[in-house]
Amino acid sequence: MASQVPSAATTTAAAGEAASAVAKSSGGEPAIETRELRKEYGRILALAGLTMTVPRGEVFGFLGPNGAGKTTAVKLLLGLSKPTAGEGRVLGAPLGDVEPRRRIGYLPELFRYQGWMSAREVLALHCELARLPRAEWEPEIRAALELVGLTDRADSRTETFSKGMQQRLGLGVALLGRPDLVVLDEPTSALDPVGRQDVRAIIGALRDRGTTVFLNSHLLTEVERVCDRVAIVDRGRVVAELSMAELTRESGVGIRVGGPDGIGREVAARYGRIRLDGEWLYVDSIAEAEVPDLVAELVARGAAIHAVVPTRHSLEERFMSLLATPPDVGDTAEPVAEAGGQLVAEPVTEAGGEPGAADGAEAAAGKGRP
Amino acid sequence: MSSFEPIAIIARLTLREAFRRRLLWVLVGLTALIVVLTWWAFGRIAEASPITGAVQILGVSQVTVMLAFMFSFVLAMTAVFAGSPAIGPDIENGLLLAMLARPIRRSEVMLGRWFGLAVVLVVYALVAGYLELGAVVLATGYAPVDPLMAPLYLAGESLILLTLAIVLSTRVASVAGGAVAVVGYGLAWMAGVMGGVGEAFHNDLLRWAGILARLVLPSDVLWRGSAGALSPPDSTLGAAGVNAAIYRFSPFSGTAPGLPWLAWSIVWVVGALALGIVLLRRREL
Repeated sequence: MASQVPSAATTTAAAGEAASAVAKSSGGEPAIETRELRKEYGRILALAGLTMTVPRGEVFGFLGPNGAGKTTAVKLLLGLSKPTAGEGRVLGAPLGDVEPRRRIGYLPELFRYQGWMSAREVLALHCELARLPRAEWEPEIRAALELVGLTDRADSRTETFSKGMQQRLGLGVALLGRPDLVVLDEPTSALDPVGRQDVRAIIGALRDRGTTVFLNSHLLTEVERVCDRVAIVDRGRVVAELSMAELTRESGVGIRVGGPDGIGREVAARYGRIRLDGEWLYVDSIAEAEVPDLVAELVARGAAIHAVVPTRHSLEERFMSLLATPPDVGDTAEPVAEAGGQLVAEPVTEAGGEPGAADGAEAAAGKGRP
Repeated sequence: MSSFEPIAIIARLTLREAFRRRLLWVLVGLTALIVVLTWWAFGRIAEASPITGAVQILGVSQVTVMLAFMFSFVLAMTAVFAGSPAIGPDIENGLLLAMLARPIRRSEVMLGRWFGLAVVLVVYALVAGYLELGAVVLATGYAPVDPLMAPLYLAGESLILLTLAIVLSTRVASVAGGAVAVVGYGLAWMAGVMGGVGEAFHNDLLRWAGILARLVLPSDVLWRGSAGALSPPDSTLGAAGVNAAIYRFSPFSGTAPGLPWLAWSIVWVVGALALGIVLLRRREL
């Protein structure tokens, strides 16, 4: 895949860019804003009360374990499902409004396109559905094919495509027409490590262009690398919303310490939360300025310092700690997610990738998935 | 309120799919085969006994109506098999998710699918119907009462069954929806037969059962219109010693539906599509 977001469509992009700029400057209204959005499927509670704000121009990660209500939330935002209660606005229009969908690109988690059509025809169909001017179709399609690395297979029927190729095509479809908001639901679930890297590059380029990206994922490393801000959703509610900068500010220090028994723990406990791992003593939530004092005090008390290493919370640690806290939901309907819902930390090698089971909400609601 | 543009986009997509999946070619091939066979078979009948007397004309008319009944059945099955998977599978496999995230409403998707398939069925019914009828007339010289209306009634019948199949496809799996539509078609035909018996023998219970069945699914109204249009004129029936009034109640004859039944057929299609739109809107994707 090419690493730059379009476009060969630059000849026709100027108008879109201008429109986009106008949209972005329209009173600083957030790209997405929801208040107590709730969705029930019969007696099944899929979303308990989603309240969040996604500023324009940011890459926003929407995280949570399987069954947390992520895909349900995406469907509500796109008007694919009606909320049971609550309200929200997308690109300044109420949920369910058809008009803003001209400016939204969407890659569904369950990506599937007309198998009897070629990739080029699928893209043309979506150009037509998005009501792009006919003159823009050809450059938009060419740019999208190049971007997702499908130029060589442009005229092959999509039923001959692998899952990864279909997902690439879906990404191309989502980026047609330079949308103001791109919603990506597990965009790398079928991609190999190279493909994932490409997607990260594309998301980065979208951010540079000022496009808002709503990234629904349970792959933490992926989110950690590309997002400006994340919301963590569990059991249908946002349990935390924070910027990546806030996350990384929560730093600590690891000290490989020897010497008199217990001296390290005794001293370090006064500076922050401590935990031991073999010879390593970790002090969380310690202010950076206090680290020299801690080391000096340890040395003064006879401890032998072999190494001092700054640490920071990983997204995974933060999320696991948040999900471990039982929420005070108090809803009458049955929550979908069980306590066993797991976030998936992407392996360092990025060799993994298949997402977990379907969101419990949809599965429980009898929604078919192949 | 829907504009027609999104409906036209989906209708064109549906037509392209029918073309690409060779549905149209299959229908064209079958039509050519049936027309040739019809011309050959009716030619042999005319050879065996010149179609001049009232009894011979009655005989040819019966075979013609049987041919129309076979064609009506083929049209009904085509409508059901094309309509049953029109919506449901696209929801189940996720194809509609990406499309509905565009500025297009569910109602427009449904109407677009209906229009696209309706064009296929109506064109097929009219082209094949007139060609087959032309083959009969050429081979035998038989002149039914109203040959131009017969294929139109058959096209209307196929639209009713297409509508039923598409409405069912918003909620029911393709196989189940198709089975329900086929059974509905058969029951409606049978109810029409029983209603005819009720009319002929002045049995009010059977007569009203027939009327009720036609209100629920008016496909048989149009089939009987087609069969009546292909029947010989009353004078021929009289010459052959057949009571025309009784003959019109037989399963392979009939009368023109009349304006109220035609109006009801249109209202039924519009109402069923409206119901289908409501069902589709309420379905979780």
